[in-house]
Amino acid sequence: MTAHAILTLAWLLVALYMIFIYAPSDVNQGNVYRIMYVHVSSGWTAMIAYFLVFVGSVWYVWKRSPFADDVACASAEVGFIFCSCLLITGPLWAKPIWGIWWTWDARLTLTFVLWLLFVAYLLVRSFFINPGRAALLSAVVGIIGFVDVPIDYMAIRWWRTQHPQPVIMGGPNSGLPPSMEATLFVSAGAFLCLFFYLLRQGLRLAEARREIGQLRRLLSE
Amino acid sequence: MMHSLEIIWILFLKDLRLEWRRRETLASICVFGILVVFLLDFAFQPAGEESLRLLPGVLWIAFAFAGILGFNHSFVAERENACLEGLRLAPIDAGLIYLAKLLANFLFLAVAEAVIVFAASLWYNFSFLPAFKWFVVIVAFGTLGYVAVGVMFGAVASNTRMREVMLPVLQFPVIVPIFIGAIEATTSALKGDAPGQFASWVRLLIAFSVIFIVLSFLLFEYVLEE
Repeated sequence: MTAHAILTLAWLLVALYMIFIYAPSDVNQGNVYRIMYVHVSSGWTAMIAYFLVFVGSVWYVWKRSPFADDVACASAEVGFIFCSCLLITGPLWAKPIWGIWWTWDARLTLTFVLWLLFVAYLLVRSFFINPGRAALLSAVVGIIGFVDVPIDYMAIRWWRTQHPQPVIMGGPNSGLPPSMEATLFVSAGAFLCLFFYLLRQGLRLAEARREIGQLRRLLSE
Repeated sequence: MMHSLEIIWILFLKDLRLEWRRRETLASICVFGILVVFLLDFAFQPAGEESLRLLPGVLWIAFAFAGILGFNHSFVAERENACLEGLRLAPIDAGLIYLAKLLANFLFLAVAEAVIVFAASLWYNFSFLPAFKWFVVIVAFGTLGYVAVGVMFGAVASNTRMREVMLPVLQFPVIVPIFIGAIEATTSALKGDAPGQFASWVRLLIAFSVIFIVLSFLLFEYVLEE
């Protein structure tokens, strides 16, 4: 655990160095584009977190292992943070480049829906009357939410291609120079490392909670 | 062992009988739906051409709000007198209970929608008759997909505190495709477009309905499990 913490910290520092010093300025966007390294890394991490919620949910419904439920829950909690980070850095980047904070374009709309699904999953979890059933019911919510995402994607894509779109500059995906690409991968790796560190903390917390519950029951007997 | 369709039919009739005795759900969702249309009429004050642009959105917002009330009530009613325990004890597949609830809620919402459409037609001075056939098809499939998710989440939300809030929080992000598809198709149909123009949206509504009915049918036993 400590080794993981040190690795995460070191990796994040390297990523910070690469983002602000190693990577060159962009010809068109100047220094503003550097937010991409945080933005894209948060996005990838949020996707992985969402996928883990689904995996944990299916695994729980199938095997009923409390660990699977912990994975789904912890990864929803951490994923929500990364998804929020994605939604905060997005408009910060969009304002100087597109001139607007937000547009209902396909990808933005889908990200917002994803964020809502994270919120729904976490909210419903904390509101179950009988905590004993929380794991199974939230697994059902996790599965339905995940199946919904590709359909959302299709619907939103069709919807947006039928409407006029604001003029948007070609995204950074239109080919990155090697130094920028390296920076992106290093920072994405650092975010992923941080994600797994936080996930493990979440798992430990869940385990401790369960242990305390058992001890309490023993005491009251 | 009874035939599955027979079981669904019996459970469906049970919900209808319950509704006939109390007349709670239908009355409340119809009134609520009309109120939504009424308020939106104040909000937008549409005149002439505008009503065609606003009407599909107004209708689907009213349908969605009315539906949410119904789904909430559908499972809260089962909590009284431990009716849900009784259902769970019956030697039947939980998926069949889901399908029966789906049918009953679809019927209730369809009745409310007819009332809402009638009211909207008067207040917006708009005739649905020219495109009526396609309008009905679109509303039917949109409602089916909406109810498919709503019944499932209604059952989940009935296990939570503040379920009146939890149901929309769960439901609305998931039904985004239904909302987009239904509003786009309704707008296109009411404008008088050829069916080919909005066929892909109707296909999306059908695909969504099929996927979520199958998924909920399979998962429903876990929702009822104690």
